[in-house]
Amino acid sequence: MYAPEFDYYRAGSVSEAAGLLRKHPGAKLLAGGQSLIPLLKLRLAAPAAVIDIGRIRDLKGITVKDGTIRIGAMTTHAELAASAELAETCPVLAQAAAGIGDPAVRNRGTIGGNVAHADPASDLPTVLVALEARLMAEGPDGKRTLDAGGFFQGLMTTALKEHEILTAIEIPAHPKGQSSAYAKFAHPASRYAVIGVAAVITASGGKCSSARVAVGGMVPRPVRASSVERALTGQELSAESIAKAAAQVTENLGNEVLGDIFASEQYRRSVASVWVKRALTQAVGRAK
Amino acid sequence: MKFPISVTLNGRRYQREVEPRQLLVHLIRDLGGVTGTKIGCDTSQCGACTVLLDGVAVKSCTALSVQVDGASITTIEGLAVDGQLHPLQEAFWNKHGLQCGYCTPGMILAAHELLRTNPQPSDEQIRHGLEGNMCRCTGYQNIVRAVREAAAMRRKG
Ligand SMILES: Cc1cc2nc3c(=O)[nH]c(=O)nc-3n(C[C@H](O)[C@H](O)[C@H](O)COP(=O)(O)OP(=O)(O)OC[C@H]3O[C@@H](n4cnc5c(N)ncnc54)[C@H](O)[C@@H]3O)c2cc1C
Ligand code: FES
Ligand code: FES
Repeated sequence: MYAPEFDYYRAGSVSEAAGLLRKHPGAKLLAGGQSLIPLLKLRLAAPAAVIDIGRIRDLKGITVKDGTIRIGAMTTHAELAASAELAETCPVLAQAAAGIGDPAVRNRGTIGGNVAHADPASDLPTVLVALEARLMAEGPDGKRTLDAGGFFQGLMTTALKEHEILTAIEIPAHPKGQSSAYAKFAHPASRYAVIGVAAVITASGGKCSSARVAVGGMVPRPVRASSVERALTGQELSAESIAKAAAQVTENLGNEVLGDIFASEQYRRSVASVWVKRALTQAVGRAK
Repeated sequence: MKFPISVTLNGRRYQREVEPRQLLVHLIRDLGGVTGTKIGCDTSQCGACTVLLDGVAVKSCTALSVQVDGASITTIEGLAVDGQLHPLQEAFWNKHGLQCGYCTPGMILAAHELLRTNPQPSDEQIRHGLEGNMCRCTGYQNIVRAVREAAAMRRKG
């Protein structure tokens, strides 16, 4: 399959990419290409220009400093999955990245492309919402920081403006007593999330002092499972309290649950609590 | 618009002017005589088009030629050195890891990626490592056996 014709520009820096975006209305940024190239080939996208940001060095890599993890937008899923530092300071992200697609997809696909694309079946948006990550954007009007909670606005829609580039993601490293996990009901063929649950738990003296849970895959954009969070906070952490809290997730799914030929809306609603329980159980195991 | 690129394919350097929309798999297959890399699904799912880009496995139907400018590409034809089959090729042969052979170039390069990142995988890890590659005829049992044997051959050195 051939993509429609487009002009190709290669940006050497973020400001150059921003300039190119302004100069070529309707242009698309190209990161790892694992979502954009399939779209172009299927002719679901037909931009007049494509701006390759794959060689911008400043956009790559993971650093942990003063309790903050900073991840460049062009960092690949494979790099996230292989990072010992990330496994230590934020296991949920390394774990979710390791479960994306397959090894060849992970070698090319990037965190920036994944979240900017905002496919509801993606894994990383859910994780970033649970982590209360901050997303750094740069555009013609300068730089700004967006909260993950408000970043994802709906089916493949984010708060990024037309000429903005996502440059980095910042996440607070887990303090002592806190840990996290991701549980995914993966589509058996594509590995995309039918249901994905990210949990961040802080434990102190066997009790849950804080819980953050996000659910994705089955909803147009990740939702916080605030009823689950409330039900678990302050409780003794046991298999029973976890199961009881997980069951509350039905309160948080709203009226836009997705369904398809593989898993109906009703089915996803019925099994969501199982995946919440699995994510919570693993996060609690790591936090203790 | 055409864009000038240079790539090294199996050790040989090429310079070409390509259309930006050209896929890497078409570049490779059109460079001259190197057609081991196959197009299966053409939708990023089957892995038949897997090649090594600077030593790392990627799906060549899901990369543009312009993106790989300056890179070094290895296809199935580049694995054997001086007519000596690569241990993976040897093992796929010995263990009957192929039937029609259509998936095999991609399967072997995906297995190469697995052994690069995990030289002694368990059977379960082999199955996960080959998750992105589909075979419609051999059955996966012999493919897993072949990868296991290739890992053992490497261990013996
Ligand atoms: C076979 C297959 C299986 C997959 N399975 C999964 C899975 O299980 N889970 C999952 O989460 N994902 C999955 N994916 C998607 C994958 O994670 C993609 O890599 C990711 O969604 C896109 O990242 P990319 O770097 O390839 O972006 P690209 O494809 O290059 O870009 C995607 C979009 O984001 C925009 N963009 C890219 N970078 C930026 C930036 N820095 N700032 C602003 N906009 C930007 C582009 O303009 C484009 O619109 C799968 C993909 C394939 C092909
Ligand atoms: S042809 Fe590239 S993945 Fe199937
Ligand atoms: S050997 Fe025929 S598709 Fe695998």
